[in-house]
Amino acid sequence: MRTIYLDNNATTQVSPEVLEAMLPYFNEYYGNPSSAHTFGGQVAAKLRKAREQVADLLGARPEEIIFTSCGSESDNTAILSALRTEKEKRHIVTSRVEHPAVRSLCHYLEKQGYKVTEIPVDREGRLDMDQYRVSLTRDTALVTLMWANNETGVIFPVEEAARMAKERKILFHTDAVQAVGKIPIDLSNSAIDMLSISGHKLHAPKGIGVLYVRTGTRFSPFLIGGHQERGRRGGTENTAGIIGLGKACEMAAENMEKENTRVKALRDKLETGILSLVPNTRVNGAGAERLPNTSNISFEFVEGEAILLLMDEHGICASSGSACTSGSLQPSHVLRAMGVPFTMAHGSIRFSLSIYNTEEEIDFVLEKVPPIIEKLRSYSPFWKPEGQACASGT
Amino acid sequence: MWEYSDKVKEHFLNPQNAGEMEDANAVGEVGSMACGDALKLMLKVDENGKIQEAKFQTFGCASAIASASALTEMLKGKTIEEAEKITNQDIVDYLGGLPKEKMHCSVLGRQALEHALADYRGQPVKEQEGEIVCECFGVTDLEIERAIRENNLSTVEEVTNYTKAGGGCEGCHDTIREIIARVRSEKKRVTRPKLSNIQKIRMIEETIEREIRPSLQNDGGDIELVDVIGNRVLVATRGACATCRASELTLKNFVEQKLRELVWPELVVEEVTE
Repeated sequence: MRTIYLDNNATTQVSPEVLEAMLPYFNEYYGNPSSAHTFGGQVAAKLRKAREQVADLLGARPEEIIFTSCGSESDNTAILSALRTEKEKRHIVTSRVEHPAVRSLCHYLEKQGYKVTEIPVDREGRLDMDQYRVSLTRDTALVTLMWANNETGVIFPVEEAARMAKERKILFHTDAVQAVGKIPIDLSNSAIDMLSISGHKLHAPKGIGVLYVRTGTRFSPFLIGGHQERGRRGGTENTAGIIGLGKACEMAAENMEKENTRVKALRDKLETGILSLVPNTRVNGAGAERLPNTSNISFEFVEGEAILLLMDEHGICASSGSACTSGSLQPSHVLRAMGVPFTMAHGSIRFSLSIYNTEEEIDFVLEKVPPIIEKLRSYSPFWKPEGQACASGT
Repeated sequence: MWEYSDKVKEHFLNPQNAGEMEDANAVGEVGSMACGDALKLMLKVDENGKIQEAKFQTFGCASAIASASALTEMLKGKTIEEAEKITNQDIVDYLGGLPKEKMHCSVLGRQALEHALADYRGQPVKEQEGEIVCECFGVTDLEIERAIRENNLSTVEEVTNYTKAGGGCEGCHDTIREIIARVRSEKKRVTRPKLSNIQKIRMIEETIEREIRPSLQNDGGDIELVDVIGNRVLVATRGACATCRASELTLKNFVEQKLRELVWPELVVEEVTE
């Protein structure tokens, strides 16, 4: 059975070109880039090149790039650094729909005595900018807002939010893990102080991340060890991973416009097809500006895990904001924050595409998904053939 | 992804008895869309009190669909008296186990069955008794107490797995902890008279005959008491149980639990092979 992979916001395939760039650095050029000899120096040169490739994609300077192990480490480092360098301030501003790498840390910090304000979103997932404006206070140490949401693809106006923070001399961090490589980012003339990237979301391997720290931003390292990354992140570099990420960033910069136009067309075809073939469905966040690859679709009166498992029988991989998938008993905090009703939230599926998806795959999904929903609805006590929901269902 | 037994997968992919029953004379409805799972159980009971047909409709995950399918299969051909003895653990055993986070799906089945049997007898569906402890999922203290007693639960996480209570905002965790402590301390206070070995063996035999064997035989299995050494109850499985991959679970979760409950709380059931 072939696999149709539509779960690219979870992780992506390592590009063949990225893999090829990395392979010699496992066994042929295995020197430590910190070593004084030529053998290590060759690797150090490749790291410099990778740093430039990452910086180019972001419109940043190479010295503003810190390599980390993942997006979560970048997020944690940024938030903890801000609090250490702004010791007298005890307030953090974030949103209700952040990734757990930010959200869980903020909840932890709240228990440690920090005040955390979570800005709400509207029913399309857009950030409430009025609430955001009034949340910024003299005591605010940091704003941390995601650039694009991992579940819905909804894009936040982070540049505008960062400017508002800067006017008040507040540090601004953005978790751009889902945005980098999918939409243009230019930090050269930006108010953003710190930005997180994860390699495996843009066709580089797992285990490599980046924290961008703007020149002049006060910084306190999270991992204290050797002098690597100019003392800002100790630990011997994941050289192959860094080289892979450099290549992935170079490819993303070259292909972004062309590939994302194609990916968006496939995503739109998938959405239009499902909406026309399956009644009582809705695209979450459709009214907002979104990433070109992400579609979060709710199927009313059926449960997400059951949909996922039946799709899996056909080799279709996606993910769900349903409670039953995660082991938590509440459906996705993102969908609940958007006010998506329970009738919809439990049956939500996230399809996230990549440059490797084809039109034939989308046609296959459009052939298989409608009967799956029909089958599950035939068991559902809330579904009536004419599409009327029972009142007790809500 | 969850680890499901082959039986759960089979019942999820090809549910038995799914759909609406027009002429049901016993209907039980539990759960809600907000809670994430709901079940409507429909039975056709003949004039002799025997269940001729059982169907279900469910909104829920793979475990909820499989539990409902299994329950309807278990119910067909049973008398009302036999049906009312079915516990959530029986549904779990029938399915060869459920992930611990999904035990509430089997509890939903048992609740729907209770409602259906009340409906058959013309009794009103019992209003939710007790006080709501978990606001997120509307679970009462009495429901939590019952789950603790029936399934020997000892942690908040276990209570959540079986009842959903505490699975939302977590604001009720302290109350759940208090209920666990209260129920478990009551259990400790129950003093039983000492049994002689002969009395113990006799009670074990009677319990197997009356409470355990009929359930196993319904599924084509059986059990034989081989010996009792102190608190060790040595048994041999027979019929379908002898070849069932889940027989270990049946012995621990059903046989041992029944014997502990009805004979002596420290009994340990062990399977012996000849």
